[in-house]
Parts: sequence; C-alpha cells; structure tokens
Amino acid sequence: MPVIMIIYYLISAYLVGLLIWSFWHEKKNLQNMVLYLLVLVPLVLRLLRIK
Amino acid sequence: MSRPRLARWILIALFLALVIPGGLDLYRHRHFDIPVVAGPGVTRVGRLSDYGPGLNGTMADTAVFFMEGKEPGGKALLMANTHANEPAGLLATLLMLENGVVEKGTLIVIPQFNHSASRNTKPGDGYPLYYDIPTAWGKKTFRMGNRDASPLDQWPDPDVYIHFPEKQLLSYIDIRNTNRTWPGRPAGPRMEKVTHAAMELLRKEKVDIAIDFHGAETMFPVTNCIVAPEKGSRIATMAALTVKAKEGFDSHVEPSPAGFRGLSHREIGDYSDTVPFLLEAPIPFLDQPTGPKTVQLLLDGKDPFLLSLASKKKLFVPYEESGWSIEKRVGQHCSVALEVMRQFAKKSPAREITVRDIPRYAEVVKNGVGHYFHDPGAAARDRVFLN
Repeated sequence: MPVIMIIYYLISAYLVGLLIWSFWHEKKNLQNMVLYLLVLVPLVLRLLRIK
Repeated sequence: MSRPRLARWILIALFLALVIPGGLDLYRHRHFDIPVVAGPGVTRVGRLSDYGPGLNGTMADTAVFFMEGKEPGGKALLMANTHANEPAGLLATLLMLENGVVEKGTLIVIPQFNHSASRNTKPGDGYPLYYDIPTAWGKKTFRMGNRDASPLDQWPDPDVYIHFPEKQLLSYIDIRNTNRTWPGRPAGPRMEKVTHAAMELLRKEKVDIAIDFHGAETMFPVTNCIVAPEKGSRIATMAALTVKAKEGFDSHVEPSPAGFRGLSHREIGDYSDTVPFLLEAPIPFLDQPTGPKTVQLLLDGKDPFLLSLASKKKLFVPYEESGWSIEKRVGQHCSVALEVMRQFAKKSPAREITVRDIPRYAEVVKNGVGHYFHDPGAAARDRVFLN
C-alpha cells in the first residue's frame, strides 16, 4: 500500500473518531446526530475496506 | 432512559441496520468469482503480473489466457472489461475462450482487463450488482462492474490527472480509468502499472494486433464503431465494409485522435509495434435519459425514453422497439474482431491468425449468448478458472 494511501486511511480513522465523539456528546440536536451518522457511513465502509 | 439517550440508541440501531446489510452486499460483490471454463483452444493461463511484478498479489492483477495454434503465425491480444460496466466485451471474450480453437498463430485473451473495476460498483447510479445470462444448464451469474478501478485499490485521486508521459491534463477520475492510463509506467499509480504490464506483454510476446472491446451510449457520437489509429485505418475500413456487406450490420470507422492521450487505440500504436483497435457496441444502459438501470435494460437495451429520442433523431445509432440486445452487441464484437484478424492476415500473410468455432453475429443473435457457455460444474476441475 503506498504511503499516501496509508495517510488517507489515517485521516479517515481520525474523522471517524471525531464523528463518533461528536455524535456521543450531542445532547439536544437530533438533526446533528443524524448528520454525524450519515457522514460516518462512507468513512466506515472505507476503513473496513468494503467500498 | 431520557429522551435524547433513547433517540441516540435508536439512531445507532438504524445506522447499523443500514450499514451492515448494505456493507455485506458490497463485500460479497467484491469477492464474487466468475467461473471460466477453459475450452479446447486454451493452452495455458498466466497472470498480468508475469509482465508487471508490481501487480502481484493485488486486486488489479488478472488472468491472461493463451490460445496457441499448432502452426506458427501472428499474435492478437483481446482485452475486455477495460470498462467493467460495458459487459458485451467480457461476454464475447469468454465465449471465445470457452469455444474457440486457434489453428494458426496465437490469441492472448484478458477478459477482465481492469480487474479492480470489475469488483467495483456505482450505487449512486443504481447499478445492479449482478446480472444473469440464461444457459441450457441454468443461469450463469456475472458481476456488474464500474468504469473505474475501486478506490480500495488505488486511493486518493488527484485534483487533476497528469497523463504520463505526455503530461496532458485529464479529469481526476481518469487516474483509475485503464483507458486513460496507457502506456503506463512500472512505478506509477496502480492502473498505470496495469497498462504498463500490458505494454510489456505486447512487446515481449511480439503481438501484432490488439483489440480492446467496449460499449458506448447511443447518444455518444463514438458508438457502434471501430476506433483505429492511422496505421490500422485500412484494416479497420476493410473490416467495417466486410461486416456490413456480408453480415448486414453497421460498424463504422472512427479515427483515433492524436491529441487525446492515454487511450489504448492511441498509445499502444505510438509506444509499440502493435496495431490497436477499439470496438464500440451501443449500450443503452449507459445513456443518461433512460428509465431505471435494471438488469433487463442492461440485457435487452429496450427503453421508452430512448425510443422517443430516436424519433427526434437525437441518437447516433438506429433505435427501434426491439432495443439493442446483448446478443446483438456480443455478436458484433465477435464478428468485427474475427474480421479485423482476417483483414490483418490479408495484409501480412506470414502473420496470419486462423481461428475456428467462434460464432459470428447471426449465430449469436439466433442462439443467444448463454448457448455458448459451458457448465463449470460438469467441466474438469483443472479447466475451470475463477476470475
């Protein structure tokens, strides 16, 4: 795997962590919670090497 | 449990309900293998990585089938699934592999040229993941791929793809398109490694002609044609005239533009002694203004919106209620490829390639594509290759 690809996977993992943290700490706004999860979908699929 | 906490757990459950089944479908598609029954004409099977070691162990590596005749002669490379969402080429090459016998010369066949793309899909365009071809022994299932390699195999894309070695600026996504990355380089992005390995194959095996099978929209001007560079234009013209006169279908000649880089019909000719040809058969499924992208549309090519556009003369091919079936497209590819080889032999008799038992247009239309596929369950195990 080229170095640039590894870096992009690390960026994806960081964003996944950020989104999960934001989702978990969102207390009131339901719309934000839905948006965090929607953004999470492609990142999770990429990290798991599915799509 | 408080209301926000309850909402959070409901959303997590919905998220998992969306991701797990969808993810499993995509995972199964990427790892679904198509059995290929090597016919009596297949003499050996190699890998593209034999010519480009950088591909070894990657999803971009692909099977290379050799059909060698008893008598020496010329050599032709047949490539399909350069764009894995244009299935007529794949079906035509598999039909040749399972039935054809080479008497003179050699055929080298790569049915899944962009192997990574064949394991990719385009859910945003509603692509089906699979399609079935009915046969006498049941249905044969194929993966429906995408135009470009999977980002799982080559990532990230640049903002602009700078073609090597011509430095032409191309669309960012074309860095994963194996009909823009010719002639490639051994240390470039993975799709450039694919085309570089194919260039090495052409040079080492001293291949005379290369035929790249494609499909194009009915609304795209370069459709239903043979694209050829200057050095192949005479052969292409004679092949187009012959199939029109003898078999009654059109496949006109389009010149390969010298200023558009990265395409097989341009770079193979410029960077090797091989004469390249690219065959386009119409594929209504890829047109934008159609109904749903169903398997039926993929196979029968019937669409009421295209029919309406045809009546307004907006299409570049004749289009009737009968559509543009997969049988017609596969049959065209078989006939035009055979005719290109025959015309090449007339020009270079010492490099003749003689093939038998590959059906032509009328036979494929009459019998259907599935008629020519053999049951992998009934074949000898050492003749079945998963691709």
